[in-house]
Amino acid sequence: MTTAALDSASAAAAPGRHRVTELSELLTQRTTGKPFVDAAKMRTRNVNVYYGEKQAIFDVGLDIGRNQVIAMIGPSGCGKSTFLRALNRMNDTVVGCRVTGEFLLDDEDIYAPKMDPVALRARVGMVFQKPNPFPKSIYDNVAYGAKLHGLASRRIELDEVVEGSLRKAGLWEEVKDRLVQPGTGLSGGQQQRLCIARAIAINPEVILMDEPCSALDPIATARVEELIAELAENYTIAIVTHSMQQAARVSHRTAYFHLGKLIEVNDTQMVFTSPQHELTEAYITGRFG
Amino acid sequence: MTERKASTAEIIRASLKRRYRAERRFRLYGIAAVSFGLLAVLLLLTDIIGKGHGAFRQTYVQLRVHYDPDVLGIASATDPAALALGDYEAVVRQALHQRFGAPVERAERRELSALISNAAGYELQDRLRANPALLGASETLWLLADDDIDAWFKSRGGGAEFTSRMSERKLAWVDSLLEKGEIALRFNLDFFTRGDSREPEQAGIGGAVKGSLLTLAITLLLSFPIGVAAAIYLEEFAPQNRWTDFIEVNINNLAAVPSVIFGLLGLAVFINFFHMPRSAPVLGGVVLALVTLPTVIISSRAAIKSVPPSIREAALGVGASRMQVVLGHVLPLAMPGMLTGAILGMARALGETAPLLMIGMVAFIVDIPHGFTDPATVLPVQIFLWADSPERAFVEKTSGAIMVLLAFLTLMNALAVVLRKRLERRW
Repeated sequence: MTTAALDSASAAAAPGRHRVTELSELLTQRTTGKPFVDAAKMRTRNVNVYYGEKQAIFDVGLDIGRNQVIAMIGPSGCGKSTFLRALNRMNDTVVGCRVTGEFLLDDEDIYAPKMDPVALRARVGMVFQKPNPFPKSIYDNVAYGAKLHGLASRRIELDEVVEGSLRKAGLWEEVKDRLVQPGTGLSGGQQQRLCIARAIAINPEVILMDEPCSALDPIATARVEELIAELAENYTIAIVTHSMQQAARVSHRTAYFHLGKLIEVNDTQMVFTSPQHELTEAYITGRFG
Repeated sequence: MTERKASTAEIIRASLKRRYRAERRFRLYGIAAVSFGLLAVLLLLTDIIGKGHGAFRQTYVQLRVHYDPDVLGIASATDPAALALGDYEAVVRQALHQRFGAPVERAERRELSALISNAAGYELQDRLRANPALLGASETLWLLADDDIDAWFKSRGGGAEFTSRMSERKLAWVDSLLEKGEIALRFNLDFFTRGDSREPEQAGIGGAVKGSLLTLAITLLLSFPIGVAAAIYLEEFAPQNRWTDFIEVNINNLAAVPSVIFGLLGLAVFINFFHMPRSAPVLGGVVLALVTLPTVIISSRAAIKSVPPSIREAALGVGASRMQVVLGHVLPLAMPGMLTGAILGMARALGETAPLLMIGMVAFIVDIPHGFTDPATVLPVQIFLWADSPERAFVEKTSGAIMVLLAFLTLMNALAVVLRKRLERRW
């Protein structure tokens, strides 16, 4: 068979993909749905992120509602993690990464020269894809942030912070008898909940979660998802996920990213039941991704 | 189609044989290479231990000495000035005359005195100073024999008996000592405590070991903190640009520069410009710090690089500053690797000879150094000096010193392994 024949064959076999390329001009349009909300915790406008010469995020504007969970979904390399990491300036540590646009946390510009990234990260905590507890005891893992920022200095205060955070993270009953043992000795799911406890120990206003369940088994994932739902009562959460089911289960709003552009944002139920944009529909019905 | 062509399974089976043969051959090459290496090490060790084991035992002769005040020329044993001036060698001579009969000729007299090392006189002086009551009394002592006697005694019964410096008379005297069991090999503690000497039987590695320790202390004190600080800055804080690339290339090049160049640098800069004391451990330490610094920096950077970025992100994510990330997380995790690198660097410094020749640590130094600015030599240089000496007895001293040096090196490498194993943490 010739190459041309091969191309036409695969195009015939995957009509969805063919349609997506046709729809590429739609990417230049504005975001579909409701990217902005009233009384948002964080507001972003005209966000562009570059890695060296390569642009990873194109003109994204999105609000993150107070005490809400917003899920960011999209195929690999769509920029959802990059966008998330821009929200607490974790990208500052990446060599060659440049961020432009407006980022407001309660009307405060987080990229303003007077904003200290260290102070910002105490307010906007982060949970990572792979559980990354420190090679220290469970207690020290949770107490670390509180000690660091001087939130608690006396042992009794620290004990309170540790117990409270572990309880909120649903881990207290499992580890209360072995707080001195290394956090790295826990199971994957417990480690991730420990990382969440560590993040909430400093009482952040926003918690960013970068695919927090992708390294966990289904049971551990279910525990973490329950936890996210509980935490949403008190915290504002932005979660990046590969799993559409997870986004559907835990989030209030869902943002769909594609090739560095924000295609559609809407209430989660709306996105999954009646997507407005053809790309969103193609993705959630599994035609690519 | 299947009849004309061999089936896939057959082709694979045919090629399998060839592949297994190649694998066997490859394994044989490996075993041969390892065996060759082991054989070389074995040969080296056999040769060194065969030659060097004698250095730890020295020949002693038993004599009855009489601390005669007249012979010594000392009236009172409590007067330090008089003690220092006493003629102790005359006492030894008298003891020898008593044992073997007074010599008639001059040559005989000289040969008889040459049975015992001149260190014996100093020993008598020390004993008398420690116990003044000995003045006028007698005691039976094991005295250090001369190196010619020692070399003959050790080679006795072997294939190549060392008799070239033994006259008929000497042999007769030694035979009579042998019969009565008054000559024997005893453990040679002096080898570890004394400094260098022109007389092989008195020469020890004490001075060189002390010199090496003092030099290494300076080296460690300089190269570890500087190396770790440089590594942390380059890995964690420095921007990635042409300038830091240039520094990195230079550090890698410096690690490969022959160490003698650093010795020349030490000579030109530290001695001629800064006027640091020549032959001193402080100078040797600075020069060896320059020699080991690139190694320490490179291994420290490797250790820092091996700390997973997820730990850094975790700390940054809860709002740690970069300094807190480095001190609280990166450094503790990188420490085993850094220590291993530092110890291996120290092991290299311990074995360095060439740069120290350039800065005068090759001088003949009898006194044991007591400070960083005292003239000193180091173990490998001491080996170099002794290997150059003509006296037969220095052959075993050389090998003995090599054994001690190898023991130190093995110890340091073992320490590096143990530290790595104990401090290593999994994440």
